[in-house]
Amino acid sequence: MVALTPPALSGDRAPRAQKVTLALLALLLAVGVVSLAVGAAGVSPWAVLQDWLAGEAIGLRERVILLDIRLPRLATGALVGASLAVAGAVMQGLFRNPLADPGIVGVSAGASLGAAMVIVLGGLLPAAVLASVGSHLLPLGAFLGGWSVTMLLYRISTRAGRTSVATMLLAGIALTALAMAVMGLLIFIANDAQLRDLTFWNMGSLAGSSWTRLAAAAPVMVAGLMAAPFLARALNALALGEATALHLGIRVERAKRLAILAVAALTGAAVAVSGGIGFVGIVVPHLLRLAMGPDHRFLLPAAGLLGAALLIGADMVARTIAAPAELPIGIVTALAGGPFFLWILLRKRGLVDL
Amino acid sequence: MRGLLVVAALAAAPALAQERVVVAGSALCEVVAALGQVDRVVGRDTTCLYPEVFAALPDVGYLRALSPEGLLSLDPDLILADVDAGPPATLDLVSASAVPVVRIAADFTEAGVIARIEGVAEALGVDPAPLVGSVTEGFASLAEARSNAASPRVLFVLSAAGGRVMAAGQGTAAQGILTLAGAQNAIDGFEGYRPLTDEAIAAAAPDAILMMDRSGDHALDDAAILAHPALGLTPAAQNGRIVRMDGGFLLGFGPRTPEAARALMQALEG
Repeated sequence: MVALTPPALSGDRAPRAQKVTLALLALLLAVGVVSLAVGAAGVSPWAVLQDWLAGEAIGLRERVILLDIRLPRLATGALVGASLAVAGAVMQGLFRNPLADPGIVGVSAGASLGAAMVIVLGGLLPAAVLASVGSHLLPLGAFLGGWSVTMLLYRISTRAGRTSVATMLLAGIALTALAMAVMGLLIFIANDAQLRDLTFWNMGSLAGSSWTRLAAAAPVMVAGLMAAPFLARALNALALGEATALHLGIRVERAKRLAILAVAALTGAAVAVSGGIGFVGIVVPHLLRLAMGPDHRFLLPAAGLLGAALLIGADMVARTIAAPAELPIGIVTALAGGPFFLWILLRKRGLVDL
Repeated sequence: MRGLLVVAALAAAPALAQERVVVAGSALCEVVAALGQVDRVVGRDTTCLYPEVFAALPDVGYLRALSPEGLLSLDPDLILADVDAGPPATLDLVSASAVPVVRIAADFTEAGVIARIEGVAEALGVDPAPLVGSVTEGFASLAEARSNAASPRVLFVLSAAGGRVMAAGQGTAAQGILTLAGAQNAIDGFEGYRPLTDEAIAAAAPDAILMMDRSGDHALDDAAILAHPALGLTPAAQNGRIVRMDGGFLLGFGPRTPEAARALMQALEG
């Protein structure tokens, strides 16, 4: 029977997974360094570092570009990319469905709705509230929107302490449709300027990254990323079905709850700081399954690394290709990722089944 | 090329404070040009299309989606931005690197045009009086002509993609220019631009239809208007009173506005 098993699928894939992970780590570092050095303004970190070591004062413009524009953007891109990719991997594992992505639990729709509410109705809030939250109102609205839709979905699909994954999938579609309908209503009453804000928000961008915005969202994303590896064993067991997982000694309900919480936190915070960036959550885990197999112990950390590297790279393209203007990053991820993913699919057709 | 431009500007006007200005907002670009200060501009946003000299300058992207590093890469010493420019985080970062950002807000009225000119002139440190004088004169002679206008009821159609008519309500640039041209907005009761039902169009019964002159699926030729179930039955379509004008000229609310209002008034009479 050995002849029937393709060589790539046989044997212990742990050494291979470790090699891939190391390569991804190197890739992430390289992309990060290049991203810091590239930008519309020809400011080189090396020249600035040399000046600094030579005891010369660094110009305000150089300092702002490197430390207040590129660095927070790099950090935000890394965290958002890692969060979206890990959330995607967890979702696909939890639903045992290669099409699952964070959008399915309603996080994306909820976040879009929250953002639309802030853009269209934000002006109605008392002036004192507006003054104290300032430009963080939009990310806050998106996060609350994503979070509340996910929690609602969880309540709907949980009965007598048992969460039905199938109900969740269907209710997620219904809630997404509902959220989109409310958003359509908001679009109807929005004025011209608000409409354009909405369009650009939905295409996603890291242009608004700043340390203060990152400081608000980072703890949530980091908590989600830290929690994900604890799910690996449970997700591996769930691949055999819920009953089998239970018999293997996995506390299935607790794992499901943790997985949903992690996905809501990761996606909610990521969407809040960057707007709608699609595709990362679905492409990255699939690419990695092809490269290193479906074992979540290796898949989850690797997804984080590749997602981070991918988004940093995409952002680099987004902010330099049309400089001094900037392309929305969602366009770059989909334009570059779509054909590449199709190519992989066509080449390795049989391998994409979970 | 950009370097040459700046050298020329420096040689021509050595005493001016800011020599590398980025302008974001079409009306502001028109004002800068009318003040004769184009030589000091090193960048503009996508909406700056008039006068054509701006086309040769670097484009910093769409007014509401500016990028901080893109702006700073032009090494500006002044950003002149419309009140709609953003996102706020971008402008905050630019301010943090000690580049002054001057926001200019003005409504769609005669006073708004003057305020916009004065704001830009002040930011650039030039004398607004000659331009304000000629624009005020334009408005004065416009007011005179307006007193004789027949005050037709006009429907402004922003787009009619797929047969759905988007019309201008209150608080829009279209309403502003109609008022200046001595016409009435045939639509009353909502703010901004909204899709209209066929019944509302029929009830509005406009004497004339005003549209922007453009191509693509927003374009609507006279035959299409006559064939439209609601637009075709209006007095405007029946009498062939359909006016098309360049969008930037008509709705810009810059120094050309008295001229635009006058042209609209004549087109509505004719």
